[in-house]
Amino acid sequence: MPSVQTLRLSRSATFRLALAYAGLFGISMLLLFGGLYWSTTALIERQVADTVAAELRALADRYRDEGLGGLQLAVGQRSAGGSEPESVYLLADPAFRPLAGNLRDWPEEAVPDGSWTQLRLYRRDREGGPILVGARAFQLPDGSRLLVGRDLEARRRFQATLLRNLAIGLGVTLTIALAGGVLVGRRLLRRVDAVAETSRRIMDGDLTQRVPRGRSGDEFDRLAESLNRMLERIEALMGGMRLVTDSLAHDLRSPLTRLKGRIELTLLGPADPEAYRQSLEQALAEIDTIQSTFNALLAIAEAESGAARGRLEPLSLRELVTDVAELYQPVVEEAGASLTLGRLEEARVPGHRQLLAQALANLLDNAVKYGGPGGAIEISLLRRNGEAELQVRDHGPGIPEAARERVLERFVRLDTARSQPGSGLGLSLVAAVARLHESRLALEAAEPGLRVHWSFTRLAEGAASPSPSGKALPQ
Amino acid sequence: MVRVLIVEDDEKTAGYMAKGLSEGGHVVDCAPDGREGLFLASEGDYDVIVLDRMLPKLDGLAVLQALRSAKVATPVLILSALAQVDDRVAGLRAGGDDYLTKPFAFSELMARLEALVRRNNAPAVETKLSVADLEMDLLARRVTRAGRGVELQPREFRLLEYLMRHAGQTVTRTMLLEAVWDYHFDPQTNVIDVHISRLRQKIDKGFERPLLHTVRGAGYALRADA
Repeated sequence: MPSVQTLRLSRSATFRLALAYAGLFGISMLLLFGGLYWSTTALIERQVADTVAAELRALADRYRDEGLGGLQLAVGQRSAGGSEPESVYLLADPAFRPLAGNLRDWPEEAVPDGSWTQLRLYRRDREGGPILVGARAFQLPDGSRLLVGRDLEARRRFQATLLRNLAIGLGVTLTIALAGGVLVGRRLLRRVDAVAETSRRIMDGDLTQRVPRGRSGDEFDRLAESLNRMLERIEALMGGMRLVTDSLAHDLRSPLTRLKGRIELTLLGPADPEAYRQSLEQALAEIDTIQSTFNALLAIAEAESGAARGRLEPLSLRELVTDVAELYQPVVEEAGASLTLGRLEEARVPGHRQLLAQALANLLDNAVKYGGPGGAIEISLLRRNGEAELQVRDHGPGIPEAARERVLERFVRLDTARSQPGSGLGLSLVAAVARLHESRLALEAAEPGLRVHWSFTRLAEGAASPSPSGKALPQ
Repeated sequence: MVRVLIVEDDEKTAGYMAKGLSEGGHVVDCAPDGREGLFLASEGDYDVIVLDRMLPKLDGLAVLQALRSAKVATPVLILSALAQVDDRVAGLRAGGDDYLTKPFAFSELMARLEALVRRNNAPAVETKLSVADLEMDLLARRVTRAGRGVELQPREFRLLEYLMRHAGQTVTRTMLLEAVWDYHFDPQTNVIDVHISRLRQKIDKGFERPLLHTVRGAGYALRADA
């Protein structure tokens, strides 16, 4: 299990980012400590050089005033004195034999030219191995030589401590950075995994799955939210699609069965041209019915697909209502009913002209069919509270309250005897068109009759002022 | 005689269209795919082209665009299984002259093809239309039958104008709904029939010879003979 986890972690973008940050951190730490190390050691070295220079000046004064003897005495005193235990001295005669000082021998590598050198020397007054010394050596006018220096062991120890601390610090930093990266990476991975897991389950066919959301409202929550919204839309569309195919299967199967039966029956009967002709004509009529059901379903699908929403264009509801009313007026009158246009106020809405006209035509169709003989049908369009209210009212038996929601669904016909022609899709198309226009559709009892109350809440720009070029109502 | 090119990949559909049109006295060529169709359409001298929208090798709309950019102005009727309003708009915008959704009645196809051919041959500007003793003055917007004035509402005027422009031809209910009302759905009831019968009352009533005839199973025709 750890191997899989590590593998996944090492592939995770977050972890790689954490690693990169750790590296960057390490390098900057290295630069910082290196600079500190370098400047401290340089400072210490300068202090050592200054001290040596000061001692040399003092000894030079002594030599000038009192000669070699005085110098020898001074060196002896300083070597023995405990005030500067880190200082080393050696005065040697021209044959390199020590005259005074706390060093054992004149070092062979010491060049008496006064330059600063580092030497490994043995102190006469201390046991142990050679010590590191920074020193200057001179040849005196009488041929004897003088070496003054300072023990550098302290500096070396300081540097070692500094280096050790640097290494420890670097190690701790890198560990923390990596551990943090792993922790953060794992946390983010878990949330990405949740999204991946959800999408996997959706791909397996469960469209109800949703991406889990946290409470912080961070980027991941926002991602989850928009993914969920997208999923809802897809589910709704899939649902609509399934409904269409189900409906097609449901409502096309029975007429197709009738059609098939009729043709088979005719073929079984006597070969009479007149019977054939009659049967073919009936078959054609049956096909027309099937086709109009099919068209109604496609129109519903068009209204319910999101694609139609992008193609709404501002149109005048009043013009549309007068247009469709004028188209239906003769049919209504032929059926023995009457169609009255009530108040029609100007209202422009973003709309789909064909679908709106078809929906309105369906409402009028229903009013004629179910409004009863001699029934008066009234249409009005009113502006109220910033909404446009379209009302179509008949004087028929109405729809019982319990059934009002149901009739908006597909293939629901209250007229179970099917005494009137129709596919049962008329009102569901109206409902779909209402949804497309983000409007409210309500069926109300008008005592007597049915009132369809259609409220458009979205009005087109500039709808407040009535259109000056409003078309005259046809007589 | 009308020369018709049918570009349709479904052999049976093309076959039955060709048979029906030939029986109607027309000369028919068929192309099974878009490339062949484009070739024939640009070479041959056709009066009208029936173009299926979804074709192998070259899509119907692409054929249409190629034809129009090559300045071939032959009227084109697009056949399509795509019935939505936006599909129709796309087809007409690409240069189509009419749009018919599958499945269609043969009488509907015939009527539309005749209307397209007629429109292509009609004079550009007409101020007066006449069928027998029925006359229409398009400028004064006045209609007379045998010299007597006929009162028409604006929509009835447009309905009659369309019928007169297509005098002698069969026009279908959907053609009328599209041309006169600009609606592309099929109304569940007999709305067009009722409008026609009202118009008939106004122009034919009291005259011995009716001009507005019902063509059974197809639509209507305005013509002088019976």
